[in-house]
Amino acid sequence: MTYVLKINGKSHTVDVDGETPLLWVLRDVLKMTGTKFGCGMALCGACTVHIDGAATRSCITTVDSVGEAAVTTIEAIGETPAGGKVQRAWLDHDVVQCGYCQSGQIMAAAALLASNPRPTDSEINDAMSGNVCRCGTYNRIRAAIKYASQGGR
Amino acid sequence: MRQTTDTPTRPVSGADEARVSRRALLKVGVTAAGGLALAVALPSWSMADGSDSGAVLNAFVRIEPDGRVRLTIPSVEMGQGVYTSLSMLLAEELEVKLDQIEVEHAPPNDALYANPFLHLQATGLSSSIRGFWLPLRRAGAAARLMLIAAAAGRWKVDPAACTVKDGVILHPSGARSLPYRDLLRSAAESEPPALDRIKLKEQGQFSLIGTSPKRLEAPDKISGRTQFGIDVMLPGLKVAAIAISPVLGGRPKAVNQSAALAIKGVHQVVAVDEAVAVVADHMGAAKKGLEAAAIQWDDGPNASIDSKKLVEQLKKASESPGVVARNEGHFEQAFSGATRRLDAVYELPFLAHAAMEPMNCTVHYRKDICEIWVGTQQPTVTQAAVATLTGMPKEAIVIHNQYLGGGFGRRLEPDGTLLAVKIAKQIDGPVKVIWSREEDIQHDVYRPYYYDRISAGLDEAGRPIAWHHRVCGSSVVAPVQKRFGFRCGRRGCRAALRNSQHSRRIRSGRAARHYDRVLAWCRTGTQRLHRRELHG
Repeated sequence: MTYVLKINGKSHTVDVDGETPLLWVLRDVLKMTGTKFGCGMALCGACTVHIDGAATRSCITTVDSVGEAAVTTIEAIGETPAGGKVQRAWLDHDVVQCGYCQSGQIMAAAALLASNPRPTDSEINDAMSGNVCRCGTYNRIRAAIKYASQGGR
Repeated sequence: MRQTTDTPTRPVSGADEARVSRRALLKVGVTAAGGLALAVALPSWSMADGSDSGAVLNAFVRIEPDGRVRLTIPSVEMGQGVYTSLSMLLAEELEVKLDQIEVEHAPPNDALYANPFLHLQATGLSSSIRGFWLPLRRAGAAARLMLIAAAAGRWKVDPAACTVKDGVILHPSGARSLPYRDLLRSAAESEPPALDRIKLKEQGQFSLIGTSPKRLEAPDKISGRTQFGIDVMLPGLKVAAIAISPVLGGRPKAVNQSAALAIKGVHQVVAVDEAVAVVADHMGAAKKGLEAAAIQWDDGPNASIDSKKLVEQLKKASESPGVVARNEGHFEQAFSGATRRLDAVYELPFLAHAAMEPMNCTVHYRKDICEIWVGTQQPTVTQAAVATLTGMPKEAIVIHNQYLGGGFGRRLEPDGTLLAVKIAKQIDGPVKVIWSREEDIQHDVYRPYYYDRISAGLDEAGRPIAWHHRVCGSSVVAPVQKRFGFRCGRRGCRAALRNSQHSRRIRSGRAARHYDRVLAWCRTGTQRLHRRELHG
């Protein structure tokens, strides 16, 4: 079955089964590898993308459920005001270690700030609780989100 | 099942070995101007060439015609920051700015890139800075001297009177300057300096070392551009989902190939000794194909081994006397006279490393070359293991190391690469084998289970006056020791360790071999604690 996906402002036509997870369409079919595979069960957040602005786990999102919605990935999140601010905050706070989970972390943080520009600590914790980091960068993630929400650069 | 009391584990580690080596290295550096240390540290002088594509000044430093400085980093980057910190060591002595630098992964080559601490091209045991502190600074300084010599030759001045800042050499008069990029050919053709001419900076002269610059690779990591092993893309690349026998030593008994092949996008079903792989255009199809294959397993000789039985063995061992590793004072006397006596058992579970990036490996197997793309903490060990598996010479095993989405010791082990090679042998073209998270956890090489029994006596004030600690568990060192011949060089240590039947090895005939096979180093594991205890 052929699907036309709107990803980062461009249309992509893919020919896959409708139940194929968006994650593997992005990574293996479209070769956009910034979105990561971590668990395949929406338990770790590494595969987070935005669908019409909402943080969504692409590993359990079937391609036929996407429809006309706009998909945004880590490759283009810097072009959104909240995404750019989050990425700069990530650099200023030197958040990343191994970096494997950070695409998902940044996508979750960008969705949070786009919908809630001044989140409280508990709102940050709630929004980020589904994103796992094995290196343990959580404190810097929280600090970077606060910094971005308070102006950042 | 049989338990032995005559096979002590030998908790000897690479770190112990390394500690000795470092002392030796420093000693040589101080007393003999480092002739030996140089031989260890910089075996790569003959690499210099002056091709148009830039100047290779030694195994670590290459300068491009456009002035970019390419550093080959001998350790792998898995989050610990070595691409930045090791670059700092080089940049400090090479006199370039960090933002002039590009880093690349070192190819497997123990002669050039072994960590002097570990005598092996391995990243682990928190040894990168300790191991490369002198070698990389010397490499940077030596390259700088070669470039200065080239400039001084052109100007016909004393090299010692020239100065360098940010990759630009200043004429003694201060009126003229030459950037490194204009000196590539003559620098590469010049003789590398003798070690006694390489004077490293004193601590007070450091401008980079001691600072906390931002990670070099962070901009790529925050924008999805960093290529981890799992992100490797090649023309014609297929992906494979795998199922490994749930029981170690088991084999696939029945596979519904036609059902798997009926899934859109699936190309091939491959069975190897311990696993089945479904090869497809994308992982969605491969996973669906694997499910359709409805694999049945022959559980093999370990069908009846389980965690409970292994722990029971440890418990039993902890109740019997072991070999004493350390004995000070009179425990029995102190314990019987104690005001309060405490007995406790501490159990540490089997632990999977659970790196965020699931195990994966990309292989293109051809008749005369086996090309591998994988993030590995031990590239030369992996290369040797693949050579043994395939019967190909080591030179034919080409390993392209990658950024690691976490290592934690898991990626010291070559098992994932060996499995991928076995699969790739049956496939025409390159294949990327990706483990599911479930496979990654279930088929990890675990941190061993430990069962520690402690008796302690307290005096009236609650202070400890007696301490008896029995450590029971399997050793991660035993298999490693066999593989590399690690020995602890610490004086008196070998004898003490020989008697360290504190620890006991689980023995259960065939299962023991398999059990050893599934244990591995794990960052923040118990090994260090035990070593400390044995060494005091």
